[in-house]
Amino acid sequence: MLRLLKVFFRGVIAENPVFVIVLGMCPTLAVTTSVEKAIGMGLATTFVLVCSNFIISLVKSLVPNEVRIPIFIVVIATFVTLVKLIMSAYFPVLKEALGIFLPLIVVNCIILGRAEAFASKNDPFASIFDGLGMGIGFTLSLMLLGTIREALGGGSFLDIPFADGLSAYTQTIFILPPGGFLTLGLLMGLFNHIGLRRKRKNRGGRNK
Amino acid sequence: MKDYLALMFGMVFVQNFVLNQFLGICPFIGVSKKRDSAVGMGLAVIFVMGISCFVTMLVYKLVLLPLRLENYLDIISFILIIAALVQFVEIVMKKAAPDLYQALGIYLPLISTNCAVLGSTQMKLVDYSTLPLSEALLKNTALGAFGGIGFTLALYLMASIRERLEIAPVPPGLRGIPIAFLAAAGMALAFFGFNGIV
Repeated sequence: MLRLLKVFFRGVIAENPVFVIVLGMCPTLAVTTSVEKAIGMGLATTFVLVCSNFIISLVKSLVPNEVRIPIFIVVIATFVTLVKLIMSAYFPVLKEALGIFLPLIVVNCIILGRAEAFASKNDPFASIFDGLGMGIGFTLSLMLLGTIREALGGGSFLDIPFADGLSAYTQTIFILPPGGFLTLGLLMGLFNHIGLRRKRKNRGGRNK
Repeated sequence: MKDYLALMFGMVFVQNFVLNQFLGICPFIGVSKKRDSAVGMGLAVIFVMGISCFVTMLVYKLVLLPLRLENYLDIISFILIIAALVQFVEIVMKKAAPDLYQALGIYLPLISTNCAVLGSTQMKLVDYSTLPLSEALLKNTALGAFGGIGFTLALYLMASIRERLEIAPVPPGLRGIPIAFLAAAGMALAFFGFNGIV
């Protein structure tokens, strides 16, 4: 159980897919113009990640090594189609908002990356936890970006405005494409900076 | 003709795949350290994107639509078509144009997971599928190729910027990928000026 929890939390923080391994950048930048879209995209990806990790881990011994990538992609594409159909039935507005990036979950490098790096080497149960951890790490990163961009660019959180008449002061640039690059670059720099400082501090402590 | 000019300008500048639509960010950050490799990757993308837009439209109109499978099998069939096409292009190129293969070879396998390719095949798929077959094919192929040119332009500019960043005094926390994103923000801002032209 402890091992599974470790697998889970590794995906959330130490190996966070967005800020640490830098995978899945396209949806990260494209759907974080609002918190709602960020959550929708994050959960859809998590679902695909957990299901595909589980299935791939189950069939790993049946798959010949040479054709494993196409087989993994077909498994992933199946679950993405599932998500697409479920979303158009129950959340048509969100599906419209995510647009082309919903089918593009297939080529999200996080999913194929985890299939290749974890699910094809570990047991199904651990693979589910790995998928959950990575998926939630991805969702939280998207939410963080979405919160900052929606707050600065739209003056609201989950479409609830902070105050009346705020629209005169919001910086629309943050919900436009350049703001996505800007926010992500600055956040990544901040996390790197914190990491470097902590490393330096540890080294300093040891020297004394 | 005017249609295609507008399409070209739109895909290269206004709706640039990388800087406006956020498609193909991974190779944009990953293969933009040197200008030579940026050009190689860009050419490979133009090539594959044009062909895959052609083939996916063909399959969509001649197979998926008549069989009414367009909602269920589009993603699976397209991703397989792209993966198979990349392999096919690689084999043909190795035999027919070894020099070109030498130059582009290492970038080709990377393309199957380039989201810009799958994105370009999906972008106007439903809109164009109502056109007659030949026109739909031509327009979709043009969209793919022009999109690839836009991608190459962004990649080349980025590589030029990053070659200079190598020797620039960047704060340690921002070195590498973060500063690349900040540079991309500046580029995106510049390209945003094209908005509303087409």
